[in-house]
Amino acid sequence: MDILSITLLIFILVSALAVSFTKNLLSSIIIFMLQSLAMSVIWMLLESPDLAITEAAVGAGVTSLLFFVALKKIHGMDAAGGAEGVKHEEKE
Amino acid sequence: MKKKNENSRPRRFEKWVVKGSAALDRHLMRELEAGVGEKPFESERIVRREEHREEMRARAWLNERLIYIKLHERMRTKGERRIHAVYMLLATFAVILIIGALLYTVSQMPPSGSPDAPAFNTVAERYIENGLEETGAVNIVAGMILDYRAFDTLGESNVLFLAICSVLLLLRVKLDRKGGVVEGPPGSGEDDLRYEPQDDMILQNLADVLVPFILLLGLYIVFNGHLSPGGGFSGGAVMGAGLILYVNAHGYSGTRRFRLFSYGMFRWATFAALAFYAMSKCYSFFTGANHLKSIVGTGTAGSIFSAGLILPLNICVGFVVAFTMYGFYTLFRKGDF
Repeated sequence: MDILSITLLIFILVSALAVSFTKNLLSSIIIFMLQSLAMSVIWMLLESPDLAITEAAVGAGVTSLLFFVALKKIHGMDAAGGAEGVKHEEKE
Repeated sequence: MKKKNENSRPRRFEKWVVKGSAALDRHLMRELEAGVGEKPFESERIVRREEHREEMRARAWLNERLIYIKLHERMRTKGERRIHAVYMLLATFAVILIIGALLYTVSQMPPSGSPDAPAFNTVAERYIENGLEETGAVNIVAGMILDYRAFDTLGESNVLFLAICSVLLLLRVKLDRKGGVVEGPPGSGEDDLRYEPQDDMILQNLADVLVPFILLLGLYIVFNGHLSPGGGFSGGAVMGAGLILYVNAHGYSGTRRFRLFSYGMFRWATFAALAFYAMSKCYSFFTGANHLKSIVGTGTAGSIFSAGLILPLNICVGFVVAFTMYGFYTLFRKGDF
């Protein structure tokens, strides 16, 4: 059990750093989602299933969906990165 | 009136520029008069002289503008650079400070699960020992957040309500039944409907299978909140996620068939849930404070109709959260329900 929680904690640290260092916003949101999922498993290991359910539903589900929608609104999803998407939009 | 900043740098610069342009004008006049001394009244020469003067004026004016712009830019970039350096320094300092404080706090914490930790005081003991008897909830967490600390949960529901109110204020676009924009900023509405999935087979079939189970799981988490882990908030979030999946698969024409997903329904459901929550909690606080017997008993622990007000309150919170999550999504996407 210890090995699992240590692996998950290291995974959370790595993904938290990766979220801020990823250039592509779409992949950064997906990494954020993964981090939330790992966090919910950690809540489960800490014996608080209430928080685990909430974390999985809100953190990994609804919050990331809202991030996706916001990214779509600012046309960050059209091209690979945010800036290129904006440029593409200006051309039209 | 004497200005305070008479001797400040920009003012002195302005003076210098004005003096310089006056000197330039005088020099121009002298040069022009010296060059055309012979026949001053010949019309051709007068015109040429005027043209020459105009040209020189324009050039001087341009020069002046250029100096101004250069100076402004230099001052701005310099100031900006300084502010940026200060900002970076302060940000690094703040981050190091916060990291240090957090690490220090963690190092001072008692080991997890130790019996003499300050978290194990009389409050927690009382909740654990008398919780089942007083609230009737098998799930102690539900007993705590919806009975002992029900006022906190009311505040949380209100936070969600206020959040969706501000989203409504900022992002609402009025649409008619076919999805055309009735009222709103130009270009709104169409923008997102253009990206709407058009009959995505994989997504639709997957949603048809998954959505009933997700909604059922959400309802189970809400209705069983006082018996098993979960409760209004998590169950509502699960239901909201299921609704969002359904909207993504079948589009807004799919949800618009149900009268459930309309602006008026949203308003009434949220209002009714919050009002019922506040009223019932008023009643239970009133009876509790005056040592009266509440008409809502705790029932037998473990059955579905037990734990007094916790079940209806869970349902209220679940509805508010589900509607709010769905409302966030649809308001972000197209600005209406």
